[in-house]
Amino acid sequence: MISKVNIKINNKAITAKPKETIAEAAKRNGIDIPLLCSHPDLKIKASCRVCVVKVKGHDNLMPSCSTEIQEGMEIFTDTKEIKRARKTNLELIFAQHREECSDCVWNYNCQLLKLAKQEKIEINRFQDRKSKFPTFLFGNVIEFDSSKCIDCRNCIEMCQKQGVGYLETRSYGHETNVMPVKDKNKDCVYCGQCIMHCPAGAFESTGEFEKIEEPLRQKDKVAAVQFAPSIRSSIGEEFGLQPGEVVTEKLVGALRELGFNKIFDTSVGADFTTMAESAEVIERMESGKNLPILTSCCPAWVRYIEFYYPEFIPNLTTVRSPQIILGGLIKTYWAKINKINPRNIFSVSIMPCVAKKYEAKRPELKVKGMKPIDYVLTTRELARLLMRRKIDFKKIKPQAIDSMFGSPSGAGVIYGASGGVMESALRTTYEKLTGQRLENIEFRQVRGMKEYKEAEIDIKGIKRKAVVINGLGVAQNFLEKIKKGESSPTCVEVMACPGGCIGGGGQPLPSDGEIRKKRAAGLYSVDEKKIIRRAHENPVVQKVYSEFFERNHEMAHKVLHTKYHKQKREKLKIIK
Amino acid sequence: MAKQEQDIISKLKKSGLKGRGGACFPTGDKWDCFRKAKAEKKYIVCNFAEGDPYMLKEAFLLKNHLAEVVDGVKIALKTFIGSTAFIYLRHDYYKKYKNAFKKEIGSLPISLVEKIGGYLAGEETCALEVIEGKKAEPRLRPPYPAQSGLWGFPTLINNAETFYCISRITQEKYKNERLYCLSGYVKDKGAHELKERMTIREILWQTGNLSKDNDFFVQVGGFLGEFLLPAELDCLLCGLGSVVVFNSRTTDLIKLVKEKLKFVMQENCDKCTPCREGTYRLYENLNQGVIDEKLAEDIFLALRETSFCPLGRAAGSCLESLLRINKFYNGINNGL
Repeated sequence: MISKVNIKINNKAITAKPKETIAEAAKRNGIDIPLLCSHPDLKIKASCRVCVVKVKGHDNLMPSCSTEIQEGMEIFTDTKEIKRARKTNLELIFAQHREECSDCVWNYNCQLLKLAKQEKIEINRFQDRKSKFPTFLFGNVIEFDSSKCIDCRNCIEMCQKQGVGYLETRSYGHETNVMPVKDKNKDCVYCGQCIMHCPAGAFESTGEFEKIEEPLRQKDKVAAVQFAPSIRSSIGEEFGLQPGEVVTEKLVGALRELGFNKIFDTSVGADFTTMAESAEVIERMESGKNLPILTSCCPAWVRYIEFYYPEFIPNLTTVRSPQIILGGLIKTYWAKINKINPRNIFSVSIMPCVAKKYEAKRPELKVKGMKPIDYVLTTRELARLLMRRKIDFKKIKPQAIDSMFGSPSGAGVIYGASGGVMESALRTTYEKLTGQRLENIEFRQVRGMKEYKEAEIDIKGIKRKAVVINGLGVAQNFLEKIKKGESSPTCVEVMACPGGCIGGGGQPLPSDGEIRKKRAAGLYSVDEKKIIRRAHENPVVQKVYSEFFERNHEMAHKVLHTKYHKQKREKLKIIK
Repeated sequence: MAKQEQDIISKLKKSGLKGRGGACFPTGDKWDCFRKAKAEKKYIVCNFAEGDPYMLKEAFLLKNHLAEVVDGVKIALKTFIGSTAFIYLRHDYYKKYKNAFKKEIGSLPISLVEKIGGYLAGEETCALEVIEGKKAEPRLRPPYPAQSGLWGFPTLINNAETFYCISRITQEKYKNERLYCLSGYVKDKGAHELKERMTIREILWQTGNLSKDNDFFVQVGGFLGEFLLPAELDCLLCGLGSVVVFNSRTTDLIKLVKEKLKFVMQENCDKCTPCREGTYRLYENLNQGVIDEKLAEDIFLALRETSFCPLGRAAGSCLESLLRINKFYNGINNGL
């Protein structure tokens, strides 16, 4: 096996690894080759033709993203010819893209602008050819402005990778356009991964720029805000902090600065989810019915089941997701002890996710006719709100969260990373079932960025299989396996997004494997430092169970559980 | 190596046969590469789906040598035991000749596939996509089809004329000849079987089509081939063996440019930037009245150097040469 390949880039001798592409070898050696359409999560498509280089002995320029290095290759990355061709291609790409930099998910931080500056291109050399192209609305959750699309097709590939395939190209030539598919058997599940993989900012969540002030406009209401587990290790990125840096207290400070007084941690909601789910797992294990039990914290996954695999609806846990449980508790238990009319509460959640916007609107989740969540802001939207209010997150003084739903267990915090829900459930379920205290509560087999993970746990002499999946395409394959009887786990955690919520559709851009790894590590570091690391040992959980749920079973059921049903395709709207 | 494989591959190598699809890759080497690929399944594809408006040779082969082309495929099947084959046919050829093919094929594992899509669908990796039931879009190379083609299995894809030659080689009838297609401002249009390695002037002369007055220019290598002046005909005709002769007094050059551009805009797969956007911008510029020479040169360069597949690369050189012809006859970029 050859372990080294000698090549030359710009006359400099370089040792490359076998099978490496020119772009990879250059990057490892600190040589900059501009890339645009490639994304580490996706296959190399080599369609933008911006990363071209000259390889000695080849007639035409070669794309560095897809060309493998070979022994003795001599590569040039910045000849006059390359620069000229690259500049032309970038200008042609800009001629497709209607710029709206002030209202863009990339927030002036996109590769297009960076390359425009670096390659000194004339952004307006041509008239925008797509300026009249439509904007599509996917189920009131995601907006796709096709006048910004540069036809790289990353969204199409990502959507297919998610097992959804809602996007396709239509028409030909200069009228070619990415559009939702004609196929009526397909619908968007709102995971938002198109947003995360579009280099041109053509996708955004509905109201991402126009409506984010809404939560602050509720003058005559009590605004209660909760933030999801994964936000604490990602929001800093929007302000120049490192991915994975835990900023929980700064986040609390920033929310106060915005004017929110009632601040809660969704991770506490997660502890309730674990409690209820664990009880359900035990029940189903005893009855043997509706196994495997599937998690339901991820609303895109729930919609995926309801639309594509309704036969698995009975397998979904009936337990609500953390934001919905906490929202319900705020409007019932918390409102009561604080003597606030729950109808006067405006419940806001900060989520890493766009599908949470859809979940918040699901009618079956109402408690006493009230929506547990009135408004969802994504991580990006909160960051934008802070920027608009000129709040410098970096300089914000950390503040402690002081509400009763402010102290989660460590298990509640790791919910934000793929495997976290399972790990929390295993900690609680194991101890409840065996009556023994776990010596080692870290289930490392279910951690990490791998799309499919499994662990085998011996519970009272029976080996139980737990499966953890992130990415809907992988989940689809797994469901097919279950259908064929090729796998029979007891419980399955599925998160639609790569890496779980830390890679969610509402998170800061860019987002790739390396960044997601760091965000997850941030959450595990919080768990490690906590004294209370089991959901069932969280005093708040114990208090609410004994004071509220155990005295009012009907209310407990309303706050903690829900139903699912088969979903129909949403009518596609064109809004512009 | 099995003796069968060895025999035929060494025969092909010895003959010096080069693929007749346009890229001129040595056929023996291709077969050798296909032989070396290890897999549980292997496929053979005969590309009979010429999409080039100037190429008449496949119609000629269908009319005169259909059995020999199928024989070429049969030889491949016999050589690579256990493989299955597809004959990929242009829509109209499929309709007209499917019964004739079926008769030749009999019970052999050869399926006929009707081409869906236009010009580009004739490109070999597009053909693989269409046979797999997908939209005609070129694939990244490498891996080459001989290593990983249909459904990821090694696939030997050769042009129909190549298979015809293979049949001739095994029958020891091959005389290093190939098909040339002549059209346009010529007396003797159609496919001609002549020696390989001839210059354009020789081909025109031998077929009695060389005009004594220099009142013409030519385009060689298909609809998106290069344009040449009468003084430039002493080079060998490689690639697609087509020569189209234009009357330089009556041809509207700008109309011709537009025709080529429209063709690329319509036939390209919209995948890569220069092809999708560049041709559109050239067309837009042409319609504005005066050719922006810098813009044209920029786009030609991008097309020629950075296109994903041969279509865009050919379009770049074709248009560039055509504007050069225009400059020669009209001095400036005129006439719009």
